[in-house]
Amino acid sequence: MRVTFWGTRGSIATPGPETVVFGGDTSCVAIAGRDPGHLVILDAGTGLRRLGNTLPEGIGRIDLLLSHLHLDHILGLGFFAPFFREDLSVTIWAPPSRTPLLDRLSRYLSPPLFPVRLRDVSSQLHLRDAGPEPISSGEFTISAASIIHPDTALGYRIEGSDAVVAYLPDHEPALSPRFPTLRGWTSGAAIASDVDLLIHDGQYRPEEYADHVGWGHSSATDSVAFADLVAARTLALFHHDPGHDDAAVAELTRRARAASHGTRVMAAKQGSTITLGH
Amino acid sequence: MAQQPVELILVRHLASRLAVPVFVIDASGDLVYFNEPAEQALGRRFEETPPMGHDEWTAAFLPSRSGRPLDAEQTPLMIALRQAMPYHTSLDVLTGDDVWRSVEVTAFPIIAPGDRLLGAVAMFWEAHGA
Repeated sequence: MRVTFWGTRGSIATPGPETVVFGGDTSCVAIAGRDPGHLVILDAGTGLRRLGNTLPEGIGRIDLLLSHLHLDHILGLGFFAPFFREDLSVTIWAPPSRTPLLDRLSRYLSPPLFPVRLRDVSSQLHLRDAGPEPISSGEFTISAASIIHPDTALGYRIEGSDAVVAYLPDHEPALSPRFPTLRGWTSGAAIASDVDLLIHDGQYRPEEYADHVGWGHSSATDSVAFADLVAARTLALFHHDPGHDDAAVAELTRRARAASHGTRVMAAKQGSTITLGH
Repeated sequence: MAQQPVELILVRHLASRLAVPVFVIDASGDLVYFNEPAEQALGRRFEETPPMGHDEWTAAFLPSRSGRPLDAEQTPLMIALRQAMPYHTSLDVLTGDDVWRSVEVTAFPIIAPGDRLLGAVAMFWEAHGA
């Protein structure tokens, strides 16, 4: 299983010399397995544009899993060039709602906000709500669960034959009762349990979090506490604050590493790939 | 222990911040949480209370109406759960100081997206005169 970070930033894209190490594009992660024709993509932030521009022609099927529909997680949809490949099948999964996913996405992908409509794409596009039943995605089995974040948001667990990844990019588990002690009462604990790689919101310094309680994001140290609680082997801090330059992310990561009680801690870097399993 | 649904987690979080007694049951009717004001009313701590099915917690708290004890299915929590509808009533309950008190109770079901009935929550207010 190969996990590639195409966008690691939270809230809004922050390109510039101060973010070249950890990246300025918003949430987008690709997971590839043994099948060269299949790809799982987690979220469609601005990082999706570059992913699309380098997508191998051999890819025939994509499962694109949206954690939620806040703008920083869907902005790349309008710039995903493979949407105009007729031989490509793309299934977009999103949190369930009484409003059809086409209508929800079309609030962005339609004039006056955007000139192209979803109905104009020429790839084979399927829109699905991610329900409680596991999703069979090629060699991967994917589970979705609601997690604490304003509006409905999902975390995903992607299980391959040789590794398991959990993706909770926008998550505030600290609102769980007596966090971080009650695993059964902690948001996201089930889907993140015992994973090889946990990609988790680590937006704030602890002192910044105090002014952002209820905003749906985590301090890096709460992210570590969550990772330790669920026994994740490696934590990739994700959804970097747009106000944090590379030095700030590095410093925040050092503090998170010092707070760990077993989980290996790193900061997700745009353009980097992690290989898991065999 | 399996993880509770995030909606129940958030209800518990809210209840832990409120000044009135709040009780939370899950979809099977088991009591999964009561807050500190409820602890004071009951005279027992949640953390020291073993998990209880709905018949057990009803017996433990002895709610009654007009002097007649309620069975489990007549409690506001269970009515809200069974009917998936809000419910309000007046009750007498035996509090931890061994005093019968008249209370107003509002219970409502916790229904998550996908029409998943996850449990019910009840809030209590002490009645002050007629």
